This record gives sequence, structure tokens and C-alpha cells, in this order.
Amino acid sequence: MFEYWNPHIERMPIDDLHKMQEERLRSLVRYVHDHSSFYRQRFREAGVEPDDIKKLSDVTKLPFTSKIDLRNTYPTDMFCLPENWVVRYHVSSGTTGKPTVVGYTQGDIDMWADSLARGLTAIGLGRGDVIQVSYGYGLFTGGLGLHYGAERIGATVLPTGAGNTERQIELMQDLGSTAMACTPSYFLYINEVAQKMGVSIRDDTKLKAGIFGAEPWSEETRRRIEDSTGIKAYDIFGTSEMSGPLFTECHLQNGIHIWADLFLIEVIDPKTGEQVEDGERGELVVTTLDKWAFPLIRYRIGDITILNNEPCECGRTHPRIMRILGRTDDMIIVRGINVFPSQVESVLMRTPEIGDNYQIIVDRKGPLDVMAVKVEVTESTFSDKIADLMSLSKAVSKQLKSVLNITAEVELVEPGMIPRSEGKAQRVIDRRKV
Amino acid sequence: MAIKQISIFVENKPGRMARVARTLADAGVNIRALTIAEAGDFGVIRMVVDNTERGYKALHDDGFTVSETDVLAVELKDVPGGLYEIANTLGMNNVNVDYAYAFVTAKAERAMLILRVDDIRRATEVLSEAGVRIATREEIQQI
Repeated sequence: MFEYWNPHIERMPIDDLHKMQEERLRSLVRYVHDHSSFYRQRFREAGVEPDDIKKLSDVTKLPFTSKIDLRNTYPTDMFCLPENWVVRYHVSSGTTGKPTVVGYTQGDIDMWADSLARGLTAIGLGRGDVIQVSYGYGLFTGGLGLHYGAERIGATVLPTGAGNTERQIELMQDLGSTAMACTPSYFLYINEVAQKMGVSIRDDTKLKAGIFGAEPWSEETRRRIEDSTGIKAYDIFGTSEMSGPLFTECHLQNGIHIWADLFLIEVIDPKTGEQVEDGERGELVVTTLDKWAFPLIRYRIGDITILNNEPCECGRTHPRIMRILGRTDDMIIVRGINVFPSQVESVLMRTPEIGDNYQIIVDRKGPLDVMAVKVEVTESTFSDKIADLMSLSKAVSKQLKSVLNITAEVELVEPGMIPRSEGKAQRVIDRRKV
Repeated sequence: MAIKQISIFVENKPGRMARVARTLADAGVNIRALTIAEAGDFGVIRMVVDNTERGYKALHDDGFTVSETDVLAVELKDVPGGLYEIANTLGMNNVNVDYAYAFVTAKAERAMLILRVDDIRRATEVLSEAGVRIATREEIQQI
């Protein structure tokens, strides 16, 4: 049932993989140097020539690139091929600034679909499955990315896109969707609406797997989704700069497999830029090894994760990244302490009295930062006693304190009062910014 | 002998109480007695209504966090010392009152006290022995 899409590559001995990466890195560096004035200038500034890159470890000689470079070269000055090679553009929404444009050759699109085909196969999907793609279609990479990956493995695609939740549930039943791809917060909302419609995802649909990403989520949320709907919830990762959603976990759900023949990843200390040891938390840096219109050299994604180079029990030898804790730009600093919304989420999701939605509000009272967490009281455990409600909010506050080391006020609100999202949920409201 | 009380979790904000009331009005549910316990940002509305099932369903379907709680509705003599008799009986028998609220029936024939106690069976027993009348569900419906 759980098979390999490309067993030769996926189970390749590590030394052979490294050799392959080394060759691909060498030709990539030569390629970007010859095709892009941006990279030529960067290499010159860093005092590095293509010939200096001989071994895999020489990658550290190369300069970093980041979102700022993408914005400065808007729209296409970082591309390495003329526009007439490009068969598609995607444009990121630019939530934190100017939008960024990525372009793909036909080969780049194929590589993307192939990368996802490996992941989807690894979670047991294939011909005969109906994959409901509820990520947004269009400029966002989620919808079309999953779409091509699902078609590649011979599955049936149901391209619902985001929104129109009741219709999503009707179609899921009528066409027998076996897997659904969307943000985890949207899936929780779908489950909520289904319950209101009297539809049990567990009993009234064929859904067996969810492919959830595009926002950080926690193990506790996974457990909640799996317990309440009976499906298996898998993490998927990828950013628009890298192509879009590219990598998933395997059926063992123990880290996301990053295909080393396609991408070279490093995890660095964001302050020093030095690589951290395996198993240490740091910022993810990617170099593309098989992407031609818009390749990346040591691009600082901004996601915080942990690298695991141990081969997986599933037989795949490629490195894994453990759950994304958040992005460096999602991180909020409250009274000098770094807080990731995913840490807050992990506390909330193991408290059964609390609903699936939450919101973090950071404000300033006088010179002091204050953090409040809004949570919804669920009916299943609602006690009519004020004292129980007070002790619930106190208990959660205490848990947060022990995990985050800061005091947060826990505010209980009525169900449905926290805005639902069909795409990426807005978990943090920072009122300190003017 | 216990009757069902409806409890609703509400945020302490303008208009929330009105939404609860509107939902019940639309469902044709009549409120017999009501009390609000507030605790800062939120509160709990507790009420006894003529048709508990319908009231509960209407509020639940409207997305409120609702629960049903067993309470006692006891008749209160409308004379000085009426409350003392009941409170003393429970106290002497070691039954704790979590909260209570009272209402007068439409024709003002009698007063009713809604009691939430820690031991409902014991409370029923000792109050009955002391000659206190405990209202049934049907009686509350018919008031």
C-alpha cells in the first residue's frame, strides 16, 4: 500500500546521493554565474568563483540570498533564462511587503510535480484516489502545485479551490474524495461546518488522508484532527520561492522528506549564518539543484526547523526536516522573549475544553508588552459553574507560562467569535505596531 | 424531582444577552426565571424556561455554548423566614448550595426558589421531610 514513486532515487545510498548533489551543485553554480548578472555580482562581492566550488561542503563559500533580493530584483531580474522559456508565473501575495514573482520552465513544472508525486505515493495515495484540492488556485502555488502532483500519480483531482465550504462537503460525499489538501485551519473549519450539516467525516465520507500545510501547525493539532475525523493528517512543506508545496512526510509521519537530488538544504544559526549541528533548531536555507528558470543559491527561507540526516525507517535515505516551528517573521517578541504561535497552539490543542481556533493578541500597556490568548469554550465540556471556567483559563495560562516563560492572559470567548479562514489563518494580532 | 436549567456561556459585551433572548423568542420559548453570573470578560446566563428541550436546541443550533444542569425548584412561603426554613434545613443536613435565585409566579400566588446544590438527592429528601414543596417539571411548564 505504501510504495515508492521512484525507488531508485528515494532509497539511493547516502554516498551516491552526496555525489549526485556535488555534481549538480557544481553545474548550478556555473549555470547561474553564466546566466545571471545578479549572481555574478553576488559571487564577486563574496570573492568566490565557480571553480572554487568542488566539494559539497564548499557550499558554505557561497553567499546567502533572501526575500530582500527577490524584492529588489522585482519582477524577474533574478531569473536565469529569458521570459520566453517561462511557461508559468506564480506571484506571492506579499503579506509582509512587495509581491515576489517566480517563473518555471516546462522542466521546472515537471520537477515540481515529480517531487510531490514521491510524497503523495509515500502516504499511500495513487490511482483510484480522489484528491480534493482546496488550496487556492491561481497566483498562489498551493492549488496548482497539488493539482499537478496528484495528476502525476494517476489520482483523480477534484479542484475545488478554497471556500464555499458546504459545497466542498457535498462534493466530498458525492464524488468520494479520499484525500484533501488544504491548510490545517481550513480543515478544522470544514469539520465544524460538516458537523453542523449533520455530516460525520469519519462515517459519511471516504476521506482517509489530509495533506495539510501553508501554515505552521502542531503535533497536538494533528492528534485532534485524527481523533475527531478518523483520517491521517500529513504535513506538507514548500514555499513559492522553491516552487510551491514540494515535500511531505511518509506514512510514518516522522519528519518531512526533502528530496536531496532536487534540493540541497542547510539549517543555520540565523545570527551567525553558521550551520548548526543535526538536531539543533535553526533557519532553513535551500539551494535548488534541478530548477532552471529561477534557481536559488543558499536562499534563506525564514522557516525555523530541525534537520535530521538519519535515514527513515520507511527506507528513504533523504534528509528530513522536523515540523516547521514557524517563520522567523511569524515569531513575535514579547518582553524580549521569542514566541512562536505554534508553541501556543501546542498548549491549547492538548486542552479538550478549548475549541480548534485561537488568536494571540499582543499589545502594550505603558512600557510593558502584554499578551492575551483568545480561545473558544466548547460545548462538550462546558460547565455551568463560573469557578470551573475561571480555573480553566488559569490552568491554560499556567501551561503557557511553563512553555513560553511569559504570562499570557487567557480570554474565554463564545464559539464562532474567532474569525475562520479558508486559507492561512491569522493567528496573531500585534497592536504594538503603529 | 429535579428540573433542568439551561446555562449559556456569553461574552461580557453589548448585545450578547439580546441575542440569547432573541433566539428564545424566535423559538417561542418562555423564560420563567433567569440570573446572570458575571466574571470579568465573560458570564454565564442561567435560566429556567417552559420548554427546556426546545430552548436548548434553539440556542445550540444558533452556535451558543449551552449546557443543561439539574436544579431544584422549591416553593418559598411568602412570609418572613421563608428562605431561612429552606436554607437552614439544607445547612443542618450538610447540603451545600452552589447558587440560588428566586422568582414570583405570574399570578403572584407563590414564590419559587431555584437551587443548585452539591447533593440533589439528599436535598430533595431533607426538604420533603421538612414539608417543603418541590415543583415538578410539569408544574414549571404550566406556571
